[in-house]
Amino acid sequence: MAALKGLFCGGKNAFGVLSRRDFHRSTLAAVQLTYRDALTHAMDEEIERDETVFLLGEEVAQYDGAYKVSRGLWKKWGDKRVIDTPISEMGFAGIAVGAAMAGLRPICEFMTFNFALQAIDQVINSAAKTHYMSAGAIPVPVVFRGPNGSSAGVAAQHSQCFAAWYSHCPGLKVISPWSAEDAKGLLKSAIRDDNPVVFLENELMYGVPFEVSEEIQSKDFVIPIGKAKIEKEGTNVTLVAHSKSVGHCLDAAVALAKEGIDCEVINMRTIRPLDIETIEASVMKTNHLLTVEGGWPQFGVGAEICARIMEGPAFNYLDAPAVRVTGADIPMPYAKILEDNCIPQVKDVIFSVKKVLHV
Amino acid sequence: MVSVGMTKMLRLLGNLIRGGSSPAKAVVGSRNYADFASEASFDVKKCDLHRLEEGPATTVVLTREDGLKYYRTMQLIRRMELKADQLYKQKIIRGFCHLYDGQEACCVGIEVAIKPTDHLITAYRSHGYTYTRGVSAKEILAELTGRRGGCAKGRGGSMHMYANNFYGGNGIVGAQVPLGAGIALACKYFEKDEICVTLYGDGAANQGQIFETYNMAMLWKLPCIFICENNRYGMGTSVERAAASTDYYKRGDYIPGLRVDGMDLLCVREATKFAADYCRSGKGPILMELQTYRYHGHSMSDPGVSYRTREEIQEVRSKSDPITMLKERMLNNNLSSIEELKEIDANVRHEVEEAAQFATTDPEPALDELAHNIYCNEAAFDVRGTNPWIKYKSAS
Repeated sequence: MAALKGLFCGGKNAFGVLSRRDFHRSTLAAVQLTYRDALTHAMDEEIERDETVFLLGEEVAQYDGAYKVSRGLWKKWGDKRVIDTPISEMGFAGIAVGAAMAGLRPICEFMTFNFALQAIDQVINSAAKTHYMSAGAIPVPVVFRGPNGSSAGVAAQHSQCFAAWYSHCPGLKVISPWSAEDAKGLLKSAIRDDNPVVFLENELMYGVPFEVSEEIQSKDFVIPIGKAKIEKEGTNVTLVAHSKSVGHCLDAAVALAKEGIDCEVINMRTIRPLDIETIEASVMKTNHLLTVEGGWPQFGVGAEICARIMEGPAFNYLDAPAVRVTGADIPMPYAKILEDNCIPQVKDVIFSVKKVLHV
Repeated sequence: MVSVGMTKMLRLLGNLIRGGSSPAKAVVGSRNYADFASEASFDVKKCDLHRLEEGPATTVVLTREDGLKYYRTMQLIRRMELKADQLYKQKIIRGFCHLYDGQEACCVGIEVAIKPTDHLITAYRSHGYTYTRGVSAKEILAELTGRRGGCAKGRGGSMHMYANNFYGGNGIVGAQVPLGAGIALACKYFEKDEICVTLYGDGAANQGQIFETYNMAMLWKLPCIFICENNRYGMGTSVERAAASTDYYKRGDYIPGLRVDGMDLLCVREATKFAADYCRSGKGPILMELQTYRYHGHSMSDPGVSYRTREEIQEVRSKSDPITMLKERMLNNNLSSIEELKEIDANVRHEVEEAAQFATTDPEPALDELAHNIYCNEAAFDVRGTNPWIKYKSAS
């Protein structure tokens, strides 16, 4: 805890802090890496690797990032590669898209995706559609990244999940990592991808440490976009989630295992393109499906998964209707008791699994 | 403005057309190019300046060679746009079609003042720029008619045509301005001495994102020429009804600006040269307002007379037409002859007819390419059609 605090407040170089931490070390060359540091490493490595990569956004340079995700980058790379913008989302998102059209690979940070609504026209109409409209003449290799979804106590205007909004649009890729491994490998892939990518982070995940292997620490570690990962294999029910909800599903799986229910937990990693094949294969094995997400239920990520399952081969393998666990259909309230009941919790997953399995 | 020699020539030509007497033919035939002047000087309107000590030159030189080139280019754009009007009324062109006739001096004047390696982006009234940036009339008309030979293979239509260093053709009013500043940022980043010309209209000039862009372009000294093509009307709303300040060249505030006669190609050329030099010197962005006029309505679905008078349109046509202005300058200063220009006209007409012929006979795009190019450099994947059993292959 103290070490984490050091990371937040220290203003120290992220890379130096790690070696001085007293985390539990496994016997292999695995190391603890926070989701946040994974993102920092990814950006640092890609800025080093490719001279056309640069970062722009509010407070990314001299403030080290509103959520410290870009800590140390400006000091290391300077004004050309890490650019502080004024509070002008529509303007700087458009500038990022234009720069991408002209051969650069910008990383455009939105302080949260709630503010990206100001700029959403540039993401959809300028970034997503241009390669298609130009019949391949103009690629747009831009990454839009920032925290998405609920935080803690930040109320309605700062808590919305936009996964469904962006995933609705062809031409975009939409990624929602859960672990440090996801964050690092997918952000590197996103930056290397020649298409516009919306990279949805989670503020509550930033400080969470994960054990990562040597392979993940390497500068060449990338994860393919569009492929889900089975975090835990199981036989009774398929749980599909993205971002923070993956952790809830794994926690629920531990609790349910004690009651003899064996869950398979799928971490979507990418929302668009959606890896329906992995989900179908799992459902054909477990015969039960539950989707879990932080966003609102109507027209959400889970709704899309259920519709596709209905239309595909896995439908005939369902022993019960597929069900969604989602955020409550309410603008996010502030008071803790109210907020806690608007965000899907582990108990919601456990309760819903038992309902689906009729136990 | 017509000289004595000209009157004589016209009379002879008249005889030629009416009955073709050999003496007239002989006179016409004996005129050769050595008789023309190689260049002439002209005075152009002084530009209004904002935060600038001095402006572009007011005496400019036009060479015969350049004059012929400019004339042909403007005439081709004029004829191409009128052909598009015709095709639209025949319902061979669909959807939106925003025509540029009347504004030719702007796109041609700008292009001849910048380099092919410079960059340009504009909004939806873009056919003229598509041409000056290097796309043939054939490919433009075929894109308007939605054929596979169109410059965007029929995917984009009127508002989404692209070329090397030309980023469209953009349908969302004002959105192209931050894009242009981003392209300028890339120019500065790559240190190749290139600039970006970013155009918008008097209507778009009230978009908030343009002011956000002014701010960042100035802060970061981006090599961007912002150009407001003020044709007096944003769709059906005149500038007086849309803007508290119609001094568009001043609305960049801290960005130096100039107001330019957009009907005079030479004025546009000089001003753009001035602006390009300014940007290339690293001083940051500059703003130009081109005062111009469109003969057509906002688009093909707008007759263009409910918010302005026919008299106004007619007055601009008779007093300020950019092609007529250049033609008269050339004829009055012995840079060309009526016959030579008429030959160019005929040549242009022929090119546009051929282009239209192609555009109406080329086949439509193949359905199995419907889903191509959704992504760039992506392995082929299946794309859902209008029902779950229809799948298209998406190749990049």
